[in-house]
Amino acid sequence: METTIVSQGSGREQDPSRLEHPLHRYLDPVRAVPHPVVQVLDEQGIPVGPAPPIAADDLLQLYRWMVRVRVFDTRMVNLQRQGRVAFFVPSWGEEAVQIGTAHALEPHDWIFSAYREQGTAMMRGYPPWKLICQILGNGEDLLKGRQMPDHFGAAEYRFTVASSPVGTQIPQAVGGALALRLRGEPSVAVTYFGDGASSTGDFHAGLTFAAVQQAPVVFFCKNNGWAISLPTARQCRAERLADKAIGYGLPGITVDGNDILAVCTVARDAVDWARSGRGPVLLEFLTQRMGPHSTADDVTRYRPNELLEPWKKRDPIHRFRLYLEGRGLWSVAAEQEFRAEVDEWFNEAIRRAEHQPPPAPETMFDDVYAVTPWHLHEQQDEVLQCRK
Amino acid sequence: MPEMTLVQAVNSALREEMRRDPGMVLLGEDIGNLGGVFRATDGLLGEFGEQRVMDTPLNECGVVGVAIGMAMLGVRVCAEIQFADFVYPGFDQIVNELAKIRYRSGGQFSAPVVIRMPYGGGIRGGLYHSQSPEALFVHTAGLRVVIPSNPYDAKGLLKAALRGADPVIFMEPKRIYRAGRAEVPTEDYTVPLDCARVVRPGADVTVLAYGAMVSLCLEAADRAAAAGTELEVLDIRTLWPLDIEAVLASVRKTGRVVIVHEAPRACGYGAELAAQLCERAIDVLQAPIVRVTGADTPVPYALEAYYLPDAARVLHGVDRVLKY
Ligand SMILES: Cc1ncc(C[n+]2csc(CCOP(=O)(O)OP(=O)(O)O)c2C)c(N)n1
Ligand SMILES: [Mg+2]
Repeated sequence: METTIVSQGSGREQDPSRLEHPLHRYLDPVRAVPHPVVQVLDEQGIPVGPAPPIAADDLLQLYRWMVRVRVFDTRMVNLQRQGRVAFFVPSWGEEAVQIGTAHALEPHDWIFSAYREQGTAMMRGYPPWKLICQILGNGEDLLKGRQMPDHFGAAEYRFTVASSPVGTQIPQAVGGALALRLRGEPSVAVTYFGDGASSTGDFHAGLTFAAVQQAPVVFFCKNNGWAISLPTARQCRAERLADKAIGYGLPGITVDGNDILAVCTVARDAVDWARSGRGPVLLEFLTQRMGPHSTADDVTRYRPNELLEPWKKRDPIHRFRLYLEGRGLWSVAAEQEFRAEVDEWFNEAIRRAEHQPPPAPETMFDDVYAVTPWHLHEQQDEVLQCRK
Repeated sequence: MPEMTLVQAVNSALREEMRRDPGMVLLGEDIGNLGGVFRATDGLLGEFGEQRVMDTPLNECGVVGVAIGMAMLGVRVCAEIQFADFVYPGFDQIVNELAKIRYRSGGQFSAPVVIRMPYGGGIRGGLYHSQSPEALFVHTAGLRVVIPSNPYDAKGLLKAALRGADPVIFMEPKRIYRAGRAEVPTEDYTVPLDCARVVRPGADVTVLAYGAMVSLCLEAADRAAAAGTELEVLDIRTLWPLDIEAVLASVRKTGRVVIVHEAPRACGYGAELAAQLCERAIDVLQAPIVRVTGADTPVPYALEAYYLPDAARVLHGVDRVLKY
């Protein structure tokens, strides 16, 4: 299952460390070669490896969820342009990673996500209108309008609440996994984070603790090529982020993140590995952030458009559609009908979310503590009096 | 009633709470076989096993982050930071995560982790084994900050913290870990997390203190009494949320206030106390509020005695408010 994916512009050919040197005698030549990227479908949707045993109905569900995520992102970015949404973080190009990993989980597993996992949230059951309520920060938001857009969280779907500081969810997921093990529950914890997050101290802490404790946790590293403006090659000197696992003593595997079948297969095996008490796994998904970092970003300052060309050919949705059509599972007519259905689904979700009132001002002081103490009551009185 | 040192009281609180809640977990560096560098967790590994008394790798971000994840999923966790001076690698997890999880999730999640940390000077620890960073935590909305000054309170406050619904920064004055023994009940008890205590009543000057400063304020009070001045020493105990009524009650009686802490002065906890009093009791104040504190310098190794407040400096402060 060797692949054609090129490493993302590392330009290491001229690297002085490759020149003849006595130190090479001590170096393992195998480790110097980046390990292969797992792939099931090529760019034309033709299987290059054994397809996972997923029923036809399930395959169609995977496809439908990827389309929903893409449409959701587009709709939200459009709302942002119309001034109806303040800010948004699209996940264009990263649909397969979100949906394929979510597919590998049981409803009782726990997710510790970052801010670009709207697809995972949706597939877990987080209703789109509730996601939009979060984006709008209104009174129906499960978070009570407390956070910027895209910081979703819902205890009901075992989806912990995202925060902005990059990487902080990683050691927390390890703690979650340990809690599950302590209670003898069959669940695992998984955590999503980016290539940028793989440089944080929290990543180091998380993998260190997880490995030492053999915690039932799977690390999903979404290497989308960028941390805002910084390309992965300047984030990390190693050829593969998955290689970092070696140093911590856990398995690390790089997967074609635009190949939903590869994502499903490896994620399922990794989750099973963790669930069966074999310890943590680090999965690196190679993908590309096709859009800006956020609606507040200006990609033209750092990313030439040509760079996206090869990635357009690897589009996870298109590729999977070719596969499904090749198997006679999908058609132009089915696509048209489904697209109309999705549009209506989001029309309704947006309409419903936009009709909700803002959070009541007095709720600003709730949930700082379990029981609101005197000084917050005092501040509440002051704030409300002056805003009357 | 048995007599215990402060660190034994901490140990006893942990042991009893671990017995009470079979799901409770301790984590921290060297807390297992060693029993903690100050022996606060002595014997607990033997009784509860390594799943529940978890020696962790040397990474405070990990200690706090992992504790948060456990707590979010319903496990009661008490984490130990070996010295308060080493909490900063875990600071982001405390400030941005621990303190904000209930709020940012709209009340869907909470992480009532108790983080214990020995703090303060007086053990010749120099810059990095002497710090008193309590103000940083008081400044962070969502945390409770608790500092006991004696074995009885240490046990009762820690037990209350471990039964509460909020994250608690529990700072232990390490210089008095073994300073003396005091009676501690064998039957279960807690000390509420919102109650200051008048340690010594007096009519002339209110002295506000906590942690290791309480006993030296009592020493100052003895000396002042010999000279005819009655100090009222109030042990704040629960720095945040503050028991403002207890502070006001004392100040209304005396009209004069000295605030004592070993942390640096600028933006220290005393600044908040002084501001609260200016806002609420300016009409009864008969003199400017005086702060007797550590210096706005790092804690010097060889000259620590000059850095830390002592009874003489407390009395100097008392003099200033009396002579105004
Ligand atoms: C600790 C921290 N530093 C900086 C930032 C600002 N910031 C937000 S997202 C981001 C890039 C994150 O990149 P990556 O982890 O690859 O995730 P991606 O955005 O690509 O999904 C940065 C620098 C932050 N939120 N937190
Ligand atoms: Mg990235």
